[in-house]
Amino acid sequence: MMGGFRILLAFVALAAGLVIAPYVFSSGVALTMMSLMGVMIIFALSYNILLGQTGLLSFGHAVYYGLAGFCAAHAMNLIAANKLPIPLPAVPLIGAAAGLFFGVIFGAVSTRRAGTVFAMISLGLGELVAAFALVLHTFFGGEEGIATNRVKLAPFFGYKFGPQIQVYYLIAFWCLVCIILMYALTRTPFGRMCNAVRDNPERAEFIGYSTQRVRFQAFVLSAVFAGIAGSLAAINFELMNSQAVGAATSGQVLLMTFVGGIGNFAGPIIGAVLITFLQISLSDVTKAWMLYFGLLFILVVMYVPGGIAGWLALHRPLLRGGRIFKLVPIYALTAIPAAALVFGCILLIELAHHMLVEAHTDGPMLSVFRVSMNGASIGPWLSALVLFFGGAIGLRALWPRVGDAWAIAMNDKSEEAAP
Amino acid sequence: MLELITFSTLNGVLYGMLLFMMASGLTLIFSMMGVLNFAHASFYMIGAYFGFEIARRIGFWPGFFVAPLLVGVVGGLIERYGLRQVHRFGHVAELLFTFGLAFVIEELVNMIWGRLPVDYRVPPSLDFVAFRLFDTTYPAYRIFMLATAVAMFVFLLIVLKRTRVGLIIQAALTHPNMVAMLGHNVPRVFMMVFGVGAGLAGLAGVIAGPALVTQPSMAALLGPILFVVIVVGGLGSLGGAFVASLLIGLIQTFAVAINVSLADAIGPSAASLLGELGRAPLAQIAPVLPYLLLVLVLIFRPRGLFGTRES
Repeated sequence: MMGGFRILLAFVALAAGLVIAPYVFSSGVALTMMSLMGVMIIFALSYNILLGQTGLLSFGHAVYYGLAGFCAAHAMNLIAANKLPIPLPAVPLIGAAAGLFFGVIFGAVSTRRAGTVFAMISLGLGELVAAFALVLHTFFGGEEGIATNRVKLAPFFGYKFGPQIQVYYLIAFWCLVCIILMYALTRTPFGRMCNAVRDNPERAEFIGYSTQRVRFQAFVLSAVFAGIAGSLAAINFELMNSQAVGAATSGQVLLMTFVGGIGNFAGPIIGAVLITFLQISLSDVTKAWMLYFGLLFILVVMYVPGGIAGWLALHRPLLRGGRIFKLVPIYALTAIPAAALVFGCILLIELAHHMLVEAHTDGPMLSVFRVSMNGASIGPWLSALVLFFGGAIGLRALWPRVGDAWAIAMNDKSEEAAP
Repeated sequence: MLELITFSTLNGVLYGMLLFMMASGLTLIFSMMGVLNFAHASFYMIGAYFGFEIARRIGFWPGFFVAPLLVGVVGGLIERYGLRQVHRFGHVAELLFTFGLAFVIEELVNMIWGRLPVDYRVPPSLDFVAFRLFDTTYPAYRIFMLATAVAMFVFLLIVLKRTRVGLIIQAALTHPNMVAMLGHNVPRVFMMVFGVGAGLAGLAGVIAGPALVTQPSMAALLGPILFVVIVVGGLGSLGGAFVASLLIGLIQTFAVAINVSLADAIGPSAASLLGELGRAPLAQIAPVLPYLLLVLVLIFRPRGLFGTRES
């Protein structure tokens, strides 16, 4: 029962955090960013129902997000034009219905098989819808997209949802509801069956479950939540364009979910918050931010396949045993070459980017981390290379010692537990 | 009408052969590792840009021979130091690795050569009219592309079916353990196949670059169609990839050439059921057709046209 209580506490803390957040970060930019984060959290969690819990790698999840967003935008225009008594907070239900509809149609086609073939079908369906989006102008609105106006809907207890703060609370409410629902889903027998289909489909079949059916149900549920996220996006931006169903959006949700960690329920939440934050703040600082995202993704795939949440979860037994401090010195030591490597890499990319792309017009001067330098001279390049290779060599030398320290810390704990 | 059919067939076969140059490597890599290489179209793009860079400095012909080799080396290195490291985390991680790689390669190309198309031109030695049929001319460069693609196809067929190297590769695909027992370095065979596959894609890029547009989005435009080809043909089937390449090449070309809408074809009353889709000319719907074909094949023949396994 202790576990249940702790989870309840976590949700209460989450709700309190969502309520308090606008008071802590009250600027307009922060409010826009947090609204987007809420949408992305739902989207990433819905994606993890597929990838993390059922083991289905989809390259076309944006289809359900985008199509539901378009449906919501059209629905809002329709409600406003006919003065129907449907308030704005109910619009995500329309998005959920749209997600359900498209999830059933496309799910029936794509969930017949798992693995690589499923991934390819999802990619094909994604491209199909993206290609249709450029042909069907009435539904997708062509280049300029479908605009809508959330204020025109009937007021909800006096709220008209004009100001961003009201939209934030609307998104936060739906975000909390969806998080709780999706968490509850993982605790049901169905959620466990999804894990079984992911880990050992043969055995799941022998127990008497149809793996295809479990995949289909998981797919439809995931599309429903993606639909809620899409309709919230339509409410937030008051505009949907064909990019929302495109491959870039599908890639983005994959990036968020995987970097956050697919093996852990909180992973996609961490990923959505982090990536949305980086996306908004990095795109102002550097023009090569897409490259950084790609590199980050490859690094996570190669070295931290559990994502950020998985890496944090590794420390849990040590934290419980109170042995975590044993790792502090070695982590602090490793952080030095790691930081050198990262800075060297950033410096190299920024120098290369500036000299190749911008130097023709802006001249060779650039500033990285507010330090200005001349990209045409050898000094910055040399220091970047020294940082990069010094960091790489240092990290390589220290890496085995991290493993040793880790083993020692773990062993201490087990000795303590034994008597 | 005859004119249209002749030229569309020629162009369709040409496009199909280009697709097959990439699909062949992709299929071999898939049979070998069980993983679809998302970055395969990126090798095609790198090939085009390497070809452009060499053509600008030295000339087209050195680029024609050197650029595919360079791309092959890049592919081999990526397999050795990237993909093989990820292998222990399973297929999903490998697929994701190549996905991230495609992303990074596109951004690097953006960074080095800019977002706008580069001026990669047909060499003067091939810039003449090959023949004239009715009132339309056909450029010699296209004939050269077709010849290169066919030559490569024949070469690949001979190497795989008639040489000892091909024998070892085929054996390594189906029985890697047995081949390793016989003293062959299977990981090295895999690396070579990956490199050669990347090199072939690079070659396709070098020859397609001047005819099509060399731009950073060329990989993202072609990549999904490539997957359609190998899924429709049947995963892991080289013959299937060949047929599907030609099929999709012809469908695409004819759809663009024929300027009728569904409303013209089946009568306005029937087409009005389809609404906007019925009124749109076929040329506009052309990009949708490969994916529609993919979905249809998956519904009615899930293993693809020539596929043998239900993986």
